[in-house]
Amino acid sequence: MERLLIVGGRVIDPSQQLDRVTNLLLEDGKIAALDALPTGREEIIDAQGKIVCPGLIDMHVHLREPGGEEDETIETGTLAALSGGFTTVACCPNTDPPIDTQAAVHFVFERAARANHCHVAVIACVSKNREGKELAEIGQLVEAGAVAFSDDGSPIANAELMRRALQYCLMFDKPILSHAEIPELTAGGVMHEGLISLILGLQGMPAVAEDAMVARDIALAESTGGRLHIMHVSTWGSVQAIRRAKARGVRVTAEVTPHHLTLTDDALRSFDSNFKVNPPLRSREHLEALVEALGDGTIDVIASDHAPHAKEKKMQELDRAPFGVVGLETTLSVVITRLIEPGHLSWSQAIEKLTINPARILGLNKGTLAPGADADVTIIDPELRWRVEPEELLSKSKNTPFAGWELKGRTVLVIVGGRVKFRR
Amino acid sequence: MEIGIPELQSPPSGWRRKHLLGLEELSAEEITIILDTAEVFRRLMNEGRRRIPLLENKTCVNLFFENSTRTRTSFALAARRLGADMIDFSAATSSLSKGETVVDTAKNLQAMGVEAVIVRHQTPGTPHLLAQHLACSVINAGDGPHEHPTQGLLDILTIRQRFGRIEGLTVALIGDIAHSRTARSDIWGLKKLGAHLIVCGPSTLVSPRWAELGVEYCYDLDEILPRVDVLNLLRIQFERQLTRPFPSVREYAHLYGMNRERLARAKPGILVLAPGPINRGVEVSPDVADGPHSAILTQVTNGVAIRMAVLWLLISGSRQVGS
Repeated sequence: MERLLIVGGRVIDPSQQLDRVTNLLLEDGKIAALDALPTGREEIIDAQGKIVCPGLIDMHVHLREPGGEEDETIETGTLAALSGGFTTVACCPNTDPPIDTQAAVHFVFERAARANHCHVAVIACVSKNREGKELAEIGQLVEAGAVAFSDDGSPIANAELMRRALQYCLMFDKPILSHAEIPELTAGGVMHEGLISLILGLQGMPAVAEDAMVARDIALAESTGGRLHIMHVSTWGSVQAIRRAKARGVRVTAEVTPHHLTLTDDALRSFDSNFKVNPPLRSREHLEALVEALGDGTIDVIASDHAPHAKEKKMQELDRAPFGVVGLETTLSVVITRLIEPGHLSWSQAIEKLTINPARILGLNKGTLAPGADADVTIIDPELRWRVEPEELLSKSKNTPFAGWELKGRTVLVIVGGRVKFRR
Repeated sequence: MEIGIPELQSPPSGWRRKHLLGLEELSAEEITIILDTAEVFRRLMNEGRRRIPLLENKTCVNLFFENSTRTRTSFALAARRLGADMIDFSAATSSLSKGETVVDTAKNLQAMGVEAVIVRHQTPGTPHLLAQHLACSVINAGDGPHEHPTQGLLDILTIRQRFGRIEGLTVALIGDIAHSRTARSDIWGLKKLGAHLIVCGPSTLVSPRWAELGVEYCYDLDEILPRVDVLNLLRIQFERQLTRPFPSVREYAHLYGMNRERLARAKPGILVLAPGPINRGVEVSPDVADGPHSAILTQVTNGVAIRMAVLWLLISGSRQVGS
């Protein structure tokens, strides 16, 4: 019997509306009891002054393996996840080859088990070879363990394919995760279309490219009854559409990234490709709409869209450099520093969006400290101050947009399946 | 190098820059220093001095990733007149086509010992990327639709020569504003010196958001003609347009082409510029291009003087600061 007793921490578990100082007992890889007292037969973890919460879940991560091992591997990505406080990451299928077969799903699980850092949930392709033409073998992928379906990296441009995917996934109760973008409106684009792109002469990606696709996807979800999740929401218009759709009962959920919540297109004035992301960093009014939508529940989840790219790829002309930034190791601290501290979100709201909400969307028995759940626990020191030094990140790639930021609050201990996997 | 010209003893004390990446970041004073220095070079050339060897034993490199005739030649001539060596580097024949990154290429050139890299590239920000990684001076000779500072400077110099001032003038840029680096450099430079700017062209190429930057926008050329002092007829950048922003060249020429009838409705002393290469019969009719209001060829002459000024200021000015 392995017993771990976490003593004296502020236990925050939004799945049970819990926020108080108490003890938490873990036994044999499961949550055993709240308010447990030491009996002398437990290993004790002192969490006084710390926050104890369900292990964080990042439902939008690119681990790059197979095919992109120069950017990240499942080993390095899951280690970076632990350092950022995540006990589960859901990895996207835009690998090479893409994750569109049972064998590919098994490969990811096998690599994740060998790395033995955190849990990896697999998002598999909607379409065969991620080509947007015909459905992948979704039923078999579900049998192999895929929890959701997405062609992320690319939108599902064909409306008929999207409609079929939403319909087909109904029988497995799995969500389609949509990268919402009308490709004709963003061709050649590098950044948000607005005043800054006008000044810099860079090809813009207008907000309407996302707004219009979100509207299409919501209409398709509404008419099919399928489950739709909008990835990396970045526009005011998307927020409005999702809010209205939820109000009339459409099965739609949404996520937002830390960079879209904290950075604007103004960052591109540096021409630094570490600010080149898709969807692009928008202008202030979009950012404010996103923060508001997190607060009122329109947006359910905070996810990093961790997108590692090796330095030699990012250190290129802006139109050649790939889209994406790393985020696993900065997400929690950015949320604490820029959303919780200024009062945009309570601790409980923020943790909800990093634990139980993504768990429910993906159908995982995680994200909660209810007895019987998997003993995945993250302990956070809310006062720990640190500075983001790209070279100190554990991810194989260092393409963070937060280089040099002074952040407050950081993960200090991570427990996965009842075992201490990371200590700072 | 001492050549016995008082204005060229050393760069003015107000000059501290090592790179010229755009006119947006320059002050009115810095722009005026470049213009005044260019006037000195122009005077010397008019006096028949072919060589003013202020940059003897210095090496510049033309690093051009996009086609160019005039800008490239103009920089080469400016360097030669100053006594500097000019290396011509063509992207098509280089190891870039073998997959080398632009930063590596530039570092290799620098290792050969050059004082200035003059870069033209189709992507905005590439000169800025190089400036971060190189110890030598970087001069932006056009980065996509972003900036083309020496073109902006030579336009401003040409206008100043004609009117004796910039302040209070109304300058209209006509045509493909969206894809024009010249437009952006002109706008920043002329605004800093006190001109009123108008951008005019099809609504698919002229953003209303220019108004937020203090620039008037307009879709009707005939409406603005009677009140402008200077017209700059921008080339339609077909090669940068991903989709056709107007139905046909014929329709464009009908709405925005500068011809004799239109010129008759303009102020008598109007100055007509074009950054070239011009599409004769599209942006401008031949009789206007070759007529008395046109300063298109003066612009070319001024271009050499501006580039001499920029090369000298950057190479000797930044050395002075460093020592």
